[in-house]
Amino acid sequence: MVDTCFLSRGLTTLAGLLLLPFGSLAASQIEDQAEQFFRSGHTNNWAVLVCTSRFWFNYRHVANTLSVYRSVKRLGIPDSHIVLMLADDMACNPRNPKPATVYSHKNMELNVYGDDVEVDYRSYEVTVENFLRVLTGRIPSSTPRSKRLLSDDRSNILIYMTGHGGNGFLKFQDSEEITNIELADAFEQMWQKRRYNELLFIIDTCQGASMYERFYSPNIMALASSQVGEDSLSHQPDPAVGVHLMDRYTFYVLEFLEEINPASQTNMNDLFQVCPRSLCVSTPGHRTDLFQRDPKNVLITDFFGSVRKVEITTETISLQPDSGVVESSYKKDQMVEELMEPLKYAEQLPVAQIIHQKPKLKDWHPPGGFILGLWALIIMVFFKTYGIKHMKFIF
Amino acid sequence: MAATGAAATDLEVVRGKRAALFFATVVIVLGLPLWWKTTETYRAPLPYSQISGLNSLKLRLMVPVTVVFTQESVPLDDQEKLPFTVVHEREIPLKYKLKIKCRFQKAYRRALDHEEAALSLGNIQEAEAMLAEPSEQAEGSLTVYVISERCSLLPQDMMSYIGPKRMAVVRGITHREAFNIIGRRIIQVVQAMSLTEDVLAAALADHLPEDKWSSDKRRPLKSSLGYEITFSLLNPDPKSHDVHWDIEGAVQRYVQPFLSALSAAGNFSVDSQILYYAVLGVNPRFDSASSSYYLAAHSLPHVINPVESRLGSSAASLYPVLNFLLYVPELAHSPLYIQDKDGAPVATNAFHSPRWGGIMVNGHTVQSPEPKVQGQTDWVGEVRLLFGIAQPQLPPKCLFFGPKSEGIMTWELDRLLWARSVENLATATTTLTSLAQLLGKISNIVIKDDVASEVYRAVAAVQKAAEELSSGHLASAFAASQEAVTSSERAFFDPSLLHLLYFPDDQKFAIYIPLFLPMAVPILLSLFKIFLETRKSWKKPEKTD
Repeated sequence: MVDTCFLSRGLTTLAGLLLLPFGSLAASQIEDQAEQFFRSGHTNNWAVLVCTSRFWFNYRHVANTLSVYRSVKRLGIPDSHIVLMLADDMACNPRNPKPATVYSHKNMELNVYGDDVEVDYRSYEVTVENFLRVLTGRIPSSTPRSKRLLSDDRSNILIYMTGHGGNGFLKFQDSEEITNIELADAFEQMWQKRRYNELLFIIDTCQGASMYERFYSPNIMALASSQVGEDSLSHQPDPAVGVHLMDRYTFYVLEFLEEINPASQTNMNDLFQVCPRSLCVSTPGHRTDLFQRDPKNVLITDFFGSVRKVEITTETISLQPDSGVVESSYKKDQMVEELMEPLKYAEQLPVAQIIHQKPKLKDWHPPGGFILGLWALIIMVFFKTYGIKHMKFIF
Repeated sequence: MAATGAAATDLEVVRGKRAALFFATVVIVLGLPLWWKTTETYRAPLPYSQISGLNSLKLRLMVPVTVVFTQESVPLDDQEKLPFTVVHEREIPLKYKLKIKCRFQKAYRRALDHEEAALSLGNIQEAEAMLAEPSEQAEGSLTVYVISERCSLLPQDMMSYIGPKRMAVVRGITHREAFNIIGRRIIQVVQAMSLTEDVLAAALADHLPEDKWSSDKRRPLKSSLGYEITFSLLNPDPKSHDVHWDIEGAVQRYVQPFLSALSAAGNFSVDSQILYYAVLGVNPRFDSASSSYYLAAHSLPHVINPVESRLGSSAASLYPVLNFLLYVPELAHSPLYIQDKDGAPVATNAFHSPRWGGIMVNGHTVQSPEPKVQGQTDWVGEVRLLFGIAQPQLPPKCLFFGPKSEGIMTWELDRLLWARSVENLATATTTLTSLAQLLGKISNIVIKDDVASEVYRAVAAVQKAAEELSSGHLASAFAASQEAVTSSERAFFDPSLLHLLYFPDDQKFAIYIPLFLPMAVPILLSLFKIFLETRKSWKKPEKTD
C-alpha cells in the first residue's frame, strides 16, 4: 500500500517535470485562443422583428419595429435575412392623415416606412403559432423562402419584440398571448438544432424584463425596456397624426443606432447605457449570464449589421476547353464589347422647358367693373375732400 | 318514535358513508387514470437506446486500393508471393465524439497482359488512355501501378505520378524489403488522393468545438441535397457599355462539364441574370501610379450587402444559393482592379465569400475588350474553393498535371464524397440526439406515428451508411448518409412537433382547479369525516369496555 503510494507520487512528479515544456507551449496557444475567443464566430446575420399590436392607437409599436428594421437594413442585413412581422398596417390605415408613411419623430422628420419595406408576415398572420414556427423552423413545406428563418449554427440572430405585455406574457393582437416559458422553450429548441450562434433579444413592452427571466439556453443576451412592475412609456404624441409616435426606449435606441455605421467598434456596454431612468422613466434591464463572451467585446454590428468575411481568390485552374464541334459555334456567338456612342434616352418629357419656364405673357384686357368702380370711388372721395379745383393739377 | 328515527338516521348515515366511499373509489380508481391517460401528449415509441448508441458509433472508412505489379518492378522471389492483401489502418485524430479510423486495404496482384502493354508505352498520357478503357473504377477505390525502377514511363527523377482518374503510378525497387518500401510509397500517394486529416477536419468543422474561431477562412459549403448556382452580370453604366454576355455558351462549355462531374454530390441548377444600374456599395479609389481605379482589400466586405438585396433567388427551391457576380465597372471608374492587403493588384481580380459565392471585376478597359473565357476558369477555381476541394498535398517527387477539361479529378470527387458522408452522418446523429434530448426536456411535444417512422428510418440509414463505409462502397454509403440526413431533418422539423401552446405548468393549475376543486372538496371532506368517525369508533370500544 505504501509502496504504491510512493510510486504514484514519483510518477506524478516525473510527469509534471516532463510536462513543463509542454505547459509553456500550451500557455502561448491558450493566449492565441483567448484572443480569438473575443471575436464572434458568426458568418451571417438574421433579424426577426415583431410588432404584436393592432389598431390605430398602437401606431407607436409599428413605428418602433420599422425603426429597428430601417437601422438594421442600413447597417447591412439584407431583406432576405430579415423576417418582419407587423400586426397591422398603419401606413395604409384610413385614419392616417399622411398615407403611405409611418413617422417616428415629431414634426414628421423621419419616415420609417420608406419605399422598400418588405413585410413578411402581415396583419392576421402574426400569431403566436406562426412566430414560434418561424423561430423553431417547423414550417409547412409550402411556405416561401422569404417567410423562413434559414439560419444555421453560424448565424447571429437579433430578435426584437414590441407590443403590450405583462408579467410573464406578451399580448398578440388582443386575442392571444405568448408566455415567457414558451419563448424560453422555443429558444431551447433553436439551440438544440443549432439554429443560432448567438442571439440578442430586445423587448420593448411593459414589464419586459419578465420575458427573459426564464431563458435557459446558452449564448443569449437579452435587453428589456422596463423591469417587472414598471410600465414602459411612450415618447411623444404628434398633434397632426394624433397618436404617440414611438416608445421611449426604442426612440433612444434608434438615436444610438443612427450613430453606428458598418465599420464602427461600439460595443454592447454602450447599448446597455442607452435610456437611463431620467429619460426613460422606467429602468431598462439586461441579462448576460447566459452569454459566453464579455459584453464589452461584443460589437453592436455583430447583431445589428452584417459584415461578410471575404477572401481574395488566388487559386486558378487552367482548363483546356473541349475542342471540336463546339468551337465553331463559339466563334460565331462570341461578340466582343463594342464601343458605341453614349446612348441617350429620347426626349419624352421636355423637363428643361418645364423647369425653366418663363411666365407666359397674358393678353391685355381692359380693367373690369370692379377695378373701375374702385378707382371711381377713390377719385370721388379725393375730389370731395379737396375740392374740384385741384383737378386742373392732375390733367 | 325517536328510536326508529334514530335507526333511520343511522341507516341514512351509513348509506351516506357508503355513497361517499363509492364516489371516492370511482373517482380515484376510474377517474384519475382516465383523466391522466386522455390528457397525456401522444408519443409514438422512439428508439432512444439506438439513438444514444449512435453517439458512440465507430466509423471505419475503407479505401480499397488495387496495386498492380509489372514484371520487373520487384525482385523475382517477391513476385512469387503475389497476390495477397495488406491492410493499413490508422485512426484520424480528431476531437470528435465519433471515432474515425481510416483503413487502406491494398490488394496486391500481378499485371495483366494489356496492362503490361500499356505501361510499356513511352508516354504517360497514352498509357493512361489505354489503361482507363477496360474497367471503370468504383467510387472510392484507387488503382496503383508499380513500374520498374528504370522504366521510362516517368521522367527519371520522378518517383510517382498521380493521374486524374483514380490511377497512380509508383516506381518499384529491387531490394530485399521491396514490399515494405513500395508499400510506404503507395500509402503516401494514396493518402494524397484520398483521405487526410484536413479533409475530414474541414468537413466536421461545424461539429468540432475548437475550430469555431480558427477555421474562419476555410469554411466549405454545408452538405446539401442540391445547390442553385446563379450567374449575374452587374452593369451599372448601360449608357456607355453595351456588353454582350454569352453566358449560355459559357455555361455549356465550362460550367456544365464541371457540374456533371460533380453530379454525384447533389442536384445543381444554373440560372443567370443581368442587373442594370446595380452599383457596388463602395467607391473605388484612384491610383495615379497605374492610372487605374482600385478597390482596397478592407472595403471588400462591404461590397456584398448592398448588391445582395437586388439579386433575388428562386422562390421554389430551398437549396442554398451560390451567387457569382461579374461586375463591369462604369466608364468613369475603368479600369478597376482589386488590391490585396499588401497593395498589389490581384491577378484574378476576384474575391469570394465562404458559403455565399464570388465576385469578379472585369478590369479591362473598353478599348481592349477580352472574351469572358478567363472569367469562367476563375469561376471553376472559386467553386472548388467554396466546396472545399483544396489542392492536394503531393508526396515529394511526384508528377502531377492537374484536372483536364472538367476541372475536377475523379478522386477529388471521391474525397468530397467521403467528407460529405462523414458530415452527413455527424449531422444526422446530432439531429437525432437533439430530438431525443428535446423530448426529454419539453414534456408537451406530440410525436405522431409518421414522425416516429422517419426517426426509425433515419437511424437505420445511419447504421447502413456506417456499414457501407466500412466495406468501401462509397456511392451507396453517400446515398445512405443523404437519406439519413433527409429523414432526420424531416423528423425534427415536422410542423406537428410544435409544442402545445398555453400548456406551461403553472397554467395547467389555472385550467384544472375550477374543474376539479368543486368536485374534489366534498369528496375529500366526506372521506375525512368518515375517517375521523372510524377512528372515534375504534377508540370507543376501548373506553366503554
